Parts: sequence; C-alpha cells; structure tokens
Amino acid sequence: MESVLGRYRNLTILVGVLFLQVLGLAVQVKRGADAENTRLIRIWAVDTITPFERVLIWAQNGSSNLWHNYFFLRGVRAENRQLKQQIEQMRLEQVRLSEDAGQAHRLQQLLSFKEQVIAKTVPAQVIGSSGSDLSRSIYIDKGSNEGIASDMAVITAGGIVGKVLRVYPSTSLVLMINDQTSGVGAMLEKSRLQGVLKGTPEGAVILERVMSDEQVVPGDTVLSSGGDQIFPKGLPVGTVTKVSPGREMFLNIQVKPAADLSRLEEVLVVTQKKERDAVVDSGVRVRAADILAQRLPSVPNKPPADIAVSGSATSENAKVAVPGPVTSPAAKPLSPTDSSGKPKVVQPAATGPIPSAPGGGTVAAPSAANAVKPGGAHSVPVVGQATPGHSQNGDAPKKAPPTAVSGDPVSTVSPSAGSNPAGSPVTPATARPKPPVSQPNPQPPATDDPH
Amino acid sequence: MIRTSVPITYTSGEQIEVYRFSIPVTVGVPLLALFLQAFIPRRFPFFSIFDLPLLVTIFFAMARRNPISGLFTGAAIGLAQDMLGAYPIGIYGIAKTVVGYGASSLGAKLDVENAGARLLVTLGFYLLHAAVYFTVARGMVNMTLNWSWSRGLLAGLANAVLGVGLYFLLDKFKQRT
Repeated sequence: MESVLGRYRNLTILVGVLFLQVLGLAVQVKRGADAENTRLIRIWAVDTITPFERVLIWAQNGSSNLWHNYFFLRGVRAENRQLKQQIEQMRLEQVRLSEDAGQAHRLQQLLSFKEQVIAKTVPAQVIGSSGSDLSRSIYIDKGSNEGIASDMAVITAGGIVGKVLRVYPSTSLVLMINDQTSGVGAMLEKSRLQGVLKGTPEGAVILERVMSDEQVVPGDTVLSSGGDQIFPKGLPVGTVTKVSPGREMFLNIQVKPAADLSRLEEVLVVTQKKERDAVVDSGVRVRAADILAQRLPSVPNKPPADIAVSGSATSENAKVAVPGPVTSPAAKPLSPTDSSGKPKVVQPAATGPIPSAPGGGTVAAPSAANAVKPGGAHSVPVVGQATPGHSQNGDAPKKAPPTAVSGDPVSTVSPSAGSNPAGSPVTPATARPKPPVSQPNPQPPATDDPH
Repeated sequence: MIRTSVPITYTSGEQIEVYRFSIPVTVGVPLLALFLQAFIPRRFPFFSIFDLPLLVTIFFAMARRNPISGLFTGAAIGLAQDMLGAYPIGIYGIAKTVVGYGASSLGAKLDVENAGARLLVTLGFYLLHAAVYFTVARGMVNMTLNWSWSRGLLAGLANAVLGVGLYFLLDKFKQRT
C-alpha cells in the first residue's frame, strides 16, 4: 500500500487537495454563500487588494481633476450658457411632471397605497471589479463603517446598478444586474407588465416571465417594480432592445441597462428607504365651496409690482416671495382670497406645508420665463439642497402649487411634489387676471364629497 | 543556443532545467496579477477576457516543473481569486489546481521554453481551465453557464498571445537551481 502511495504520490496529493476544495465548496453551497466561516478569509483578501486600488483611484482622480479644473477650460463659458438654457427647460418640464406626480399621489391616497421613497443615499466610488468575465460584480469604497448593509440598492442617476452582496468594513461587493445570479423585479412602463430582470452568462440583461401573447416592442422603457423589496418602485432600469419568442410561452426580451454598467465610476447606495402610508382624508370635511374657491382665480392681495418677476427676489431661509397660495414650513399657511382680497377660511385638510428644503433651502421667486407654466398655472422653484417632494414629517403636502425642486436628482423620484387636494394646481392670484363671472366652474372631485 | 523549428520537444529528465524564484517574486507576482485583474477591467472592460492569475499559474508551474509545487501554486492563486469574487470559494481554486498540476507535469516532460510551445500550451490549459470551471460551476454550484466553443477559443487565443509576452517578461526573474 505504501509503495502504491509513494509511486503515485503526486496524484494522491492532487486528489487530496481537490477533495478538500470540493468539500469546502459543498459546505458553502449547502450553507449559503454568506456563511460566516467564509467571511474572514474574504475580508483578508479584500483588505489586501483594495488599499492599492484606493491609492490608484485617488491618484487617477487627482490628476484628472487637475487637468479638468485648471488646464482644460476651453468652451466652459459656452457650455455654461447651454446648461443654463437646459436648466430653464428642465424647470418647466419639472413643473409639468410634478403635477402628474401630484395627481398620482392623490390617486394613491384614494386607494390607501403605501409608497416607498428613497430617503437617504450614500455616494460611493467604484474601485475595482471581480476581474472575471463570468462574474459581474464591483467593489465600492464604502462599507459597514458608512452604514452600508447587504441587500441595499445601488443606483446611478441613469438607472439601477445592482445590490450590495457583501459588506466589509470599508468596502462592499456589489452584484450588478447583468450577473447571471442577479434578479430584479421589473415592469414595462407603458403596459405595466411585470417580469424578472436577469443577467446572462454573456453579461446581457433579459426580462423574463412575460407571456408571449403580450405586446412588447423595442424601445419600451423598463422600470423597477419594487417587488424584490430592494429597489424602490419606478427607478429606470433600461430599454427593450429586442423581443423574440422564448421558451415555455414566455417572451425573450433583451434589455439595454439604463446605467452604463461597464463604465461605472460613482454610484449611490440607497441606505434608507421610507415606506409611508398615503395620507387619506383626515376626517375634516371640506366644503365644496371652499374647494371651488381655491380653484377660482382671485384678485391678488398685493399689487403685482411686488411680486418678483425675476429671480432677484430670492431670499434666505425659505422666504416666500410670491403672495397667495404658497406656503412653506417657514411661511404663512395658505390663505385663498376671495374677490375682495380678504382671506378665506381654509379647512385644515386643505392646508399643509409646501415641500421644503431641509437645512435652509430657499424658495425663490420664479423668473418671467418659468413663473407661468404653459397651462397658466404658477410655479415656484425651490432652490437649494432638498429632499424633494417630502415634507419634514413625511406627510404629503396638502396644498401647494406645482413646485420645481433642484437637488439630488435621485431623490426627486418621489411623486408627492406639489400636490394639492383639490385635484388641480392652485392658481395664485397673480398668475392671470380674473375672468368674467361666466367662467365655468369645474366639478368637484369624488374626494370632495363629504359622504 | 539556437533552437530548431520543432516547437515542442521531448526532453529527458537530465536535460530539463528547473528554476526557482525569490520569495518576493513568488508572492508579489501573483498578488500583482490578482490586483491588475480586479482593477484594469474597471477602466477597460474588454480586459476581463484575460485571466492573468491563470497565466501566472501556468508560468510558475512550467518553470518549477514540480507537480506538487504547481498544484499548490494553482490552488493558492485560484482560491485568492475566488475570495475576490461573488461566488462560493473553490471554483477557481479547483480549476487552477488542475491546471497547475498539469502544467508542471507537462513542463517536466516537454521543453516549453519557446514561444510556439508556450502559445499552444497556454491555449490548451486555458480550455482545460474553462472546462473544469464550467463543470464545477454547473455541477456543484448550479450556475447556468453556457459553453461556447467560439468564445472559448477566442479567449484562449487572446490569453495565449498575452501569455507569451508575459512569460518572456517573467523569465527575467528566473533563478537556476
């Protein structure tokens, strides 16, 4: 026996080493990939490699910033002008979108929906990858020390990236959506068809579990459905690029991710999601006459000259420069006026704070270009760092004009900005002159019915 | 010494030159390979087609010509690569253990010092590595991998070309026993 083992010594050792590895692999597979006994050696390996990556990234960013911030400034002025124009256009667009969001929010209130919004994000830098073309995962430079935990969503301004798979003290491993072991609840924006977004071994992304008799066309936008309890509903996922019949009566839908997964540099980790109940009617009955009074145009209680026409009226500490139905936590509550300019009695359910900018956001008077939206409604852009669309206490804003908010683009996904319970944007006194008496009154919405 | 046009020649045990490496090279080169493999694809995604740790495993195994040393080198590098990835530890470890053993056994019998031999050997071991990886990943971890001959050959060829250049660079660190 000994002679046999001695003769095949090398082969015996090979079999022994392979057996040990197979045994270890089997234990991991049975216990799950996150077994604690594998974590320590992973931490050692990651701690060995990532410091060098951090140093390289730091040096790379330093040299890049030096070049871009000091030497390469050609065309900045023209670009600045172009961006300003773009901002103006986007403000108008945002007013329109906030109206839509407000309407959606009101409908959610009616149905007692719970909505999930992004409450807090942590920016992180991508410092490395798994280095294999069979595994799509990246390392970011934030870990448990910064509040990162497993199964947190990782996104960019473009769309979703993946989820946190493993957390180390100062780094985290993120499994991207194009990894073959990844799965994301997704839906098509137009048809609202839901499916499961999965990665393929080649690194492509496909939407599974959509029946073949459904109508899906290339170009359709794919959003997160929220069904996976990781990604909040409504985040952009990608665009359908190809649709073909698949196996077992399902379509084979190829999706191009909205975020450029191959060139990620900075990402946002969603560290806190807020799930809040849509605020249903508080029990205080609102008279139809009051709602109609809010909708009807009224005479301004201040001369129009006082109203800021340009952006020069920006003030500090959430100061409101436009009289009429614009409120903020630091400002007076909404007081619709009647035709004589006297304040009307406002029911509690019809009032509430405008979404404000925590930490000293300012409410600026709109410029002439964006003060009046095409439909005639008035908008008040809120400038400053903000948690847009959320009031401090998490309640939906009850009465506010459509509000344009600038700030963290990811945080603007909340659909609650600028809603008002009357079912239409509140038209401030200065937006348009009072029409003749014969103006038709809109019908009160179903929620206005006290019964 | 001027070599003949025959790329792979059978060599007797006495003719084989066995090399060794200093400790910094033994430790530093695999670590550098792992680091580059994790870092470069972030900037150049096409680089993920290369497998630098595999090339380093083949090089050390062929130079040392000792199957025991080769398999342990492959196991260590493979397990380290597994630790950086998202999947269970051991898939790369098993694949590279087999490759390390095979490369050192082959190096003990054949002269694999010239570029042509190295190209063929690297291509062959890349395919062997991929085959073992796929078998373990599908059989034990239940991963849904699709085998593609065209992709495997293309990646193998790319790795072989890179390997030939890398081996000549690493030859500088060889020390005769």
